[in-house]
Amino acid sequence: MKRKKLFICLTLILTIALATTLFAGCGNKSASNANQTLIYNLGTDSETIDPALNEAVDGATVIVNAFEGLTRIGDDNNVKPGVAEKWEISSDGTIYTFYLRKDAKWSDGKPVTAKDFEFAWKRALDPKLAASYAFFLTDNIKNAQEYYKGEAQWEDVGIKVKDDYTIEVTLKVPTAFFLQLVAMPIYMPLRQDALEKGGEQWTQSGETYIGNGPFKMVKWTHNDSMEWIKNENYWDAKNVKLSKMTWVMVNEASSALPSWEKGEIDIIESVPPAEAPRLIKEKKLQIIPEIGTYYLYFNTKKAPLNDVRVRKALALAINRQSIKEAVLKTGQIAAYAQVPYGIKESDGKTDFREKAGDLFKEDVNLAKQLLAEAGFPDGKGFPEMTYLYNTNESHKKIAEMIQDMWKKNLGINIKLANQEWKVFQKTRQNGQFDIARGGWIADYVDPMTFLDMFMSDNSFNDGKYTNAQYDALLKEAKVTIDLAKRDQLMHDAEKIIIDEMGICPIYFYVSNMCIQPWIKGVYKTPLATVYFDHAYVDESVKK
Amino acid sequence: MVKYIIKRVISCIITMWAVATITFLLMHAVPGGPFEKEKKIPPEIKKQIEARYNLDKPLWWQYQDYFKHLLKGDFGPSYRYIGRSVNDLIEEGFPVSAQLGGVSVILSLLFGIPFGIISALNQGKWQDNFVMFLATIGITIPSFVLATLLLYFLSFKLGIFPSMRWGTAKHYVLPAIALAATPTAFVSRLTRSSLLDVIRQDYVRTAKAKGIPDKIVVYKHALKNAVIPVITYLGPLVAGILTGSFVIEKIFSIPGMGRQFVESITNRDYTTILGLTIFDSFLLVSFNLLVDILYVVFDPRIKLDN
Repeated sequence: MKRKKLFICLTLILTIALATTLFAGCGNKSASNANQTLIYNLGTDSETIDPALNEAVDGATVIVNAFEGLTRIGDDNNVKPGVAEKWEISSDGTIYTFYLRKDAKWSDGKPVTAKDFEFAWKRALDPKLAASYAFFLTDNIKNAQEYYKGEAQWEDVGIKVKDDYTIEVTLKVPTAFFLQLVAMPIYMPLRQDALEKGGEQWTQSGETYIGNGPFKMVKWTHNDSMEWIKNENYWDAKNVKLSKMTWVMVNEASSALPSWEKGEIDIIESVPPAEAPRLIKEKKLQIIPEIGTYYLYFNTKKAPLNDVRVRKALALAINRQSIKEAVLKTGQIAAYAQVPYGIKESDGKTDFREKAGDLFKEDVNLAKQLLAEAGFPDGKGFPEMTYLYNTNESHKKIAEMIQDMWKKNLGINIKLANQEWKVFQKTRQNGQFDIARGGWIADYVDPMTFLDMFMSDNSFNDGKYTNAQYDALLKEAKVTIDLAKRDQLMHDAEKIIIDEMGICPIYFYVSNMCIQPWIKGVYKTPLATVYFDHAYVDESVKK
Repeated sequence: MVKYIIKRVISCIITMWAVATITFLLMHAVPGGPFEKEKKIPPEIKKQIEARYNLDKPLWWQYQDYFKHLLKGDFGPSYRYIGRSVNDLIEEGFPVSAQLGGVSVILSLLFGIPFGIISALNQGKWQDNFVMFLATIGITIPSFVLATLLLYFLSFKLGIFPSMRWGTAKHYVLPAIALAATPTAFVSRLTRSSLLDVIRQDYVRTAKAKGIPDKIVVYKHALKNAVIPVITYLGPLVAGILTGSFVIEKIFSIPGMGRQFVESITNRDYTTILGLTIFDSFLLVSFNLLVDILYVVFDPRIKLDN
């Protein structure tokens, strides 16, 4: 009898426990039917939406819609006035004076002042915050690095608040892309009182996540959605048409695409590669240049890869078009240089890549000849080398195609090896590879970000490529005030590294977007952040 | 019984400590730390990040520090999701995974046991063949295939069920079916084979000889013994299913714990890996203990005090 009671008790407890957990989750979510709304798939739950701590593209998309920096990136990719309505640059290119607009307001109606910028930048430079992107300040602003290390006072740092609406920044050296940098999340203003109120969790609730951008994030349900409303206090609110947005976080492309095709989501960014050719044909998939390059590292410290002829032979024997057609189906561009398309020269018009064009041509015969000259006719005697990539289906397919091309075209055998991402990074950093894949997506739009990473002493230079002339050209470019000359120096440097195949470019990245035809004005930058300030629903199309 | 339970609780704690220690050591032995990213940052900044999370301290220090906080029920901050603690991640993810898992467990018992009984009582007949055919399919088809098929037909084609987001009862249907398929098949096979065993035993024959109606013999006498293997299976099943399925949660975009678990490993989110492992092993040892207690209820021959 006792046992029976115990049994009944246990069953009851289990049932109640399961039932309560079940019904707790059954709350209904009501949806309003205001017309100017959209549903966007952010694709993932952001690690952080703190402007100082963010490093990811999804986080940047949240931040650029919730905040606004001194400048902003306009729909033509050029720098536009943001909170700063105008600025002056000293003749030596090191002092920037920004004049803030007086009508810039926070989402709760308080004015945005120069102090809000000072607070944010000082916070970003606080070693205790340990913001990894703090180097965008320490690398550029005078004495910022010394301050970070505790070797200088805040007063010595090149950031001066002249009055509530004027801020002066002194740079270490003239930096051509500084106006772009101040549009980045880490340079956005912050509200001291909101951060103090919210503490470490200030980004978690709409109450303390106070921004000065076109929209206001009101609710963040982790791994599910973010709710947004228009920021009526934004200085340019009259041009913001959307009244509400819902951002969902469906991270499986194969689940998101059917939802988009059914009209449940208005905008998605990634699609399964297998579906891409159909979507491109149906004109549903947009291809947007993304400033990134996929390339191979050659370990230039290892024989025979220390021989320029061998590196060139390997690079010239790859058929990039066929890789593009067989593996990369979402519009990527075969790369014959290191700096991708989409970066303007100093005149603000000419595209850096278009101007220089392709820097090499694939040529199997020349490749064979070079390999023979290096002492490996028809690949004879070529040591067995390994091509290392991080575990991923498309990296694997590319590796297999390249392996096959080298075998067929040059008669050499390469082994393939894959490692889990974090292990792979470590192996590559330690130089324990022959050939390894690499990729780089820029944080700011300037050719330098694709070139200085291969300077001799750069920690990014995993292939240990060294060329004194290359280093000298880039060093000069970094300090020159004559911007046209700077462009030319970078063109010259790029020619050198490609001519010696210090790295071996494969393709330029693109990003994608599928948008419902009635949604207009959504803008995705080459850095893949998405702006909604000019987006609207075109009712005439929807009907 | 009380003595037995106390003994078991102590051994559970030791097991969990061992699991946590081994996980701690393994996790640090794998190359690549939580803050090692492709984009390299200046050394002075990296130093600060490591200092912030005490990663610059010796391993034994980190170990004792972690356990000090653990004893207070604090799993520490997530290294990946800034401003959120591992406790937050569990509080958000576990209810979702547990609700879905709970529904799936109920479904698998609700269908698995009756199917097993039907099958056993009709051994060799078409009912048996049919149920076993379904069970074989249920065991062999991986949950992600079933999930994709369900999603395709019932959501994208017919539009009966939602394909994304989470929150309403409708959202449970497809993932719960996908998640319950394999356990249902397993439970029905277990029930069938053990019921077949039991009904051949002497006491059942005696009961039948006494003229007790078949129904009462099966449901009152045989079934109680026949479900013991099912209960054994139930312990790890419940613990496993409540903590969430990575695949199902990913396919249906469910904000559960299974996804967090797998992602924490690829991110080397040390505190999250440890926290979720400890939480998971806590559930596992608790359910195993519960199962052992349930044995006594179902089979009077089992005594716990030995």
